[in-house]
Order: sequence, then structure tokens, then C-alpha cells
Amino acid sequence: MRPDPPVLSLEGLKTFFKTEAGLAKAVNGVSFSLKKGETLGVVGESGCGKSVTALSVLRLVAHPGRIVSGRIMFRGEDLLKLPLERMRQIRGDGISMIFQEPMISLNPAFTIGDQLIEALRVHRRISRSEARDRAVEMLRRVDLPAPEKRIRDYPHHLSGGMRQRVMIAESMLLNPDVLLADEPTTALDVTVQAQVLDVMYRLTQERGTAILLITHNLGIVAESAQRVVVMYAGRVVEEGLVENIFEQAGHPYTRGLLSSIPLPGRGQGGTGEPLVELPGIVPSLFNLPSGCSFWPRCREKRRICEEDEPPLKTLGQDHRVWCWLDD
Amino acid sequence: MFLRRLLKNKMGLIGAGVILANILVALLAPYIATHDPLKIDITNQGALPSEENLFGTDEYGRDIFSRVIYGTRISLYISVLSVLVAATLGIILGSTAGYYGGWADNLIMRVVDAIMSFPAILLAIGIMAVLGGHIYNVVLALGFVYIPWFARVVRGSVLSIKEKEYIEASLAMGGNDLTVLFRHILPNCMAPVIVQATAALAYAILAESALSFLGLGAPPPAPSWGNILSDARNFMLDNALMTIFPGVAITLAVLGFNLLGDALRDLLDPRLK
Repeated sequence: MRPDPPVLSLEGLKTFFKTEAGLAKAVNGVSFSLKKGETLGVVGESGCGKSVTALSVLRLVAHPGRIVSGRIMFRGEDLLKLPLERMRQIRGDGISMIFQEPMISLNPAFTIGDQLIEALRVHRRISRSEARDRAVEMLRRVDLPAPEKRIRDYPHHLSGGMRQRVMIAESMLLNPDVLLADEPTTALDVTVQAQVLDVMYRLTQERGTAILLITHNLGIVAESAQRVVVMYAGRVVEEGLVENIFEQAGHPYTRGLLSSIPLPGRGQGGTGEPLVELPGIVPSLFNLPSGCSFWPRCREKRRICEEDEPPLKTLGQDHRVWCWLDD
Repeated sequence: MFLRRLLKNKMGLIGAGVILANILVALLAPYIATHDPLKIDITNQGALPSEENLFGTDEYGRDIFSRVIYGTRISLYISVLSVLVAATLGIILGSTAGYYGGWADNLIMRVVDAIMSFPAILLAIGIMAVLGGHIYNVVLALGFVYIPWFARVVRGSVLSIKEKEYIEASLAMGGNDLTVLFRHILPNCMAPVIVQATAALAYAILAESALSFLGLGAPPPAPSWGNILSDARNFMLDNALMTIFPGVAITLAVLGFNLLGDALRDLLDPRLK
């Protein structure tokens, strides 16, 4: 079986923020690739560089952030070397993005129809009425009730879940190869989360779109991703298939994340495994510890962890970990 | 929804009514006026109000009532046009400064500060002295001096709106700077601009009258309110009514715009709800 070539691959991406307080290394040499049609979960605590990685892919990192080095290969081209005009054509068409806050990612001054039609007409030479038809069709596909009527609604007429459906419709309008989903359900009610995710998977599977699912919710990853990338302080610390990560996590940080998920039975008075919290906090990106960034919080640290950057270890097929621990 | 709340605001309603009346008078001036506002009648100079001349006549025997009616037209025309000029230029400058930031912001806003550092009326007088008296020169002069009003307000709104997530979303969908600015940012900045425009209209009417009064506005014999007032000035002690009628017209129009402006500010500002 020959592996599919990746649709999107990041190689040694570094995005730094130059501020008065110093240089924040938000993304510090991240590499991973996304295969056609797969869902890759990117997990990690707040501030570990997940969102900045996604924004870097679209080259939308805001000042004072800057992509310092690395390559982002998409359709055989390095996105970081493309002229801005070509990059704009790829945004929304080849690669699109869903944001965390559906409440504020739609323009309050226009109807949702206007916004979908505009998104279409930026990239395709089609008439307004044709664009409108496609927008209605798309809204139907995301299970928005009465799309012909809803298309004339303003964002404030819709609930959070409905707005996120509209955002999914907008991002999938042009059949992108890659969908960057930055915490797409974090702002939604738990009951709505599942529905919204369902809609997202249905659409992307039909069209073979790969999803980069950024989240801190390991439950969502376990359910829907095929592979997982665990990030810590701007670096990838472990990468592998979902089974690998959940059953034989190699990195102490990954194990820490897994044992801090509250489950029935865990925690005080529970009978199952105890609920363990990760000691300490995420290190300041301005002043990363030497060696492995995780050692100040690591229960299994050794002398060498403080001194040298951890090596890559292959634990199995598609399962890699960056750690000094012996296997 | 919005209209219903405007209707509840009594002061705003009065303001809107006064302005509406002004607009109607301006549009229907030929039907309301009883005389030709420019017609000189040397047999009937300085007449007191009568059935024939409702507000009396001026030193050339022109009917003051008709002149005040036609004056509505000129004053509204000049002030509306000049506010349009100021708003257009101010929006372009303010949004460029706010959206691009950096040196563009610095350059534009320092120029705007420079304009603002002159008292508006003094600057307008200076510009009129250079350009010469003509209706459209008044529009240019007033349009220029009110640029900072709009540039500053628009820049502030753009600064806050460009951080919104839907701007990022629009960029992520492949929108370019112009679509983002015109489709997404500016429509969300319009509320403060509308409030500012209403207030600016009141000031523009005053400033236009002041310029005319000083002989730098619409050139005589055009019946702008300032001109009528200026003509009447010499007879203030003999016939105060000559000054009162155009004065009341100016006051009413300014009051109308101010009341409406205050009401709009309250309605459009979510913090004052």
C-alpha cells in the first residue's frame, strides 16, 4: 500500500512575535503533514501555538507576529513564497478556516446570504442569482432549516449553533482541500457541539476535504480524528494515530493530558483511576527552559532533559515522540 | 424597531420635524414665496410686516419673507454638500489611517491635527479669501474644515472593528483589503458617522451664515440667511424685525439638527440604552 502524498505539509515552521517584552516563540519549528481527506487533531493547552500554526498556514498572522522560517507545502508550492495575490486566491478556495467564535465571525451588518454570496464571488465568476442558489443549497446541506428564508436573516437572528453551521457552509462553499477548524465547537453548548461536528464531517467526507482540527477537547479528537499531533510550548511533542496516542502515549505530557480528563469515577470519591492534574503552568514563550520545554513540569525528568533538546523516537508506524525517555 | 424608538424620543422627533419642515420649504420655495426674492422695489424700502410683505422688505425693497424662504434652499444646499464633502474625505482618510496604521496613520492624522488646530471658522475665512466668493467655494471651504470631525471618528471605529473576528474570517476566505474595508469595516462604522454628520450639519449652517454675514459666503444678492442678516444689520436699530426673521430661521434649523443629532447619538450608542 503506497501512502497518499500529503495535501498540506508543514516543515520546520517558526512563527515568532516580536514584542517589547522580547521575542515570543509561539510556533517553534513545527512539522507535520495532512493527508487527503483525513482529520488531524492538534491538541495542547492554551498558548501552545495551535491557533498561530493555523493562521500561519493562511499567512494571516497579525503584526507583530511573523513567520520566520520553514516551509508550508500545498499543491506542490511553498505557500510562504507565493505572491500575496496568489495567496489570496488560495484562502477560502484551496484552504479555508472556521473560527472559534461563531458569534463574532459573521459581519453583523449584512445578511448571511450576502456574506455567502460574496465569499463565492470573490473566487468564482458567477452571477449573483447563481451564487445565491449555491448558497441556499449549501445552507440546506448544513441542516439550516428553511434556507431560502434564512438567507435573508442577519447574524443576530441566528443561534450560536446555527451561526457555526453558516460558517461551515461558508468555508465549504468552494470545496477546499483543507479546512482549518480552530476550536470550532468550543463556544457552543455540548448538545449542539455534536450536531455541528456531524455536519462538518459529513460535508468534508463527501468532498474529500482534510481537516486540521485544533482543539483542547481530547474527547472530540478521540471521536473524530485519525491522527493526532500534540503540541507543547510551540513544538510538536508527539504525533501518532489516535489509538497510539490514547492507548500507548509516549510523551509524559500526553499522558498528563490524558489523565487530567475528568471522567465519571475519576476524582474524589471515585473508584477509577485518579484524576491527575499537570503540575505547574505553560512556560512563558519569551523565556523557554533550556533542553526540553516540558522538563519543569515533567514527573519523569532526568538531568539530560534540562540540557539538551529531546531526540525524535519512533515508537511504531506513524507514532513519533520527542522525548529523552527510554522506551 | 429603530423608527419606533426614534418616535419615542420627543426631542428627536421635534428635531426631525423641524428639519423635515426645512427640507419641504427648500423644495417648495417657489410655491411658498410670495415674491421674487431678488426683485428690487425702490418704492417699498424697509417696509414693516404687512399683508403684502409678511416679514416686511429690506433696504432695496425686496420681500424678506420670500428671501428667507429661498434662503432655506441655499443654506441647506451649501451645508448638506459641504458635510458630504467633509464626510467623504474624512471617511477615506480616517479609514486608510485606521486600517493600515503605521506611517500612513501618522502622516494622515498629523495632517488632520494640523487642520484641527485652526479654529474652523477662521480657517474657512482664510480659504474663502483665497478662493473668492462662490457657492461651491463655500462648499469646499466648509468641507475642508470639517474633515477632522469625520476622519477622527472613522479612524477610531475602524481601529476597533478591524480587530473583530469577522474581519479575520473574511481575510481567511480570500477577501482583499478593499473588500474588507468597504464591505466589512465601513458599514459597521456608519453609526457614529451619521451622528457626527447631523451635528456637523448644524455647525455648517452656522458657519455658512457667518461667512455670508462677513461677505465671504454665497455672493449677494443670493438670499442666503447670512446675507439677509448682513443686509439687515444696518437697520437693526430702526427695524429689528429685519434681523429677527433670518435669525430665527437659522436658529430653528440649527436647533433641529442638534436635537436630531442628540437623539441619534442616544439611539445608536448601545452604551446609553
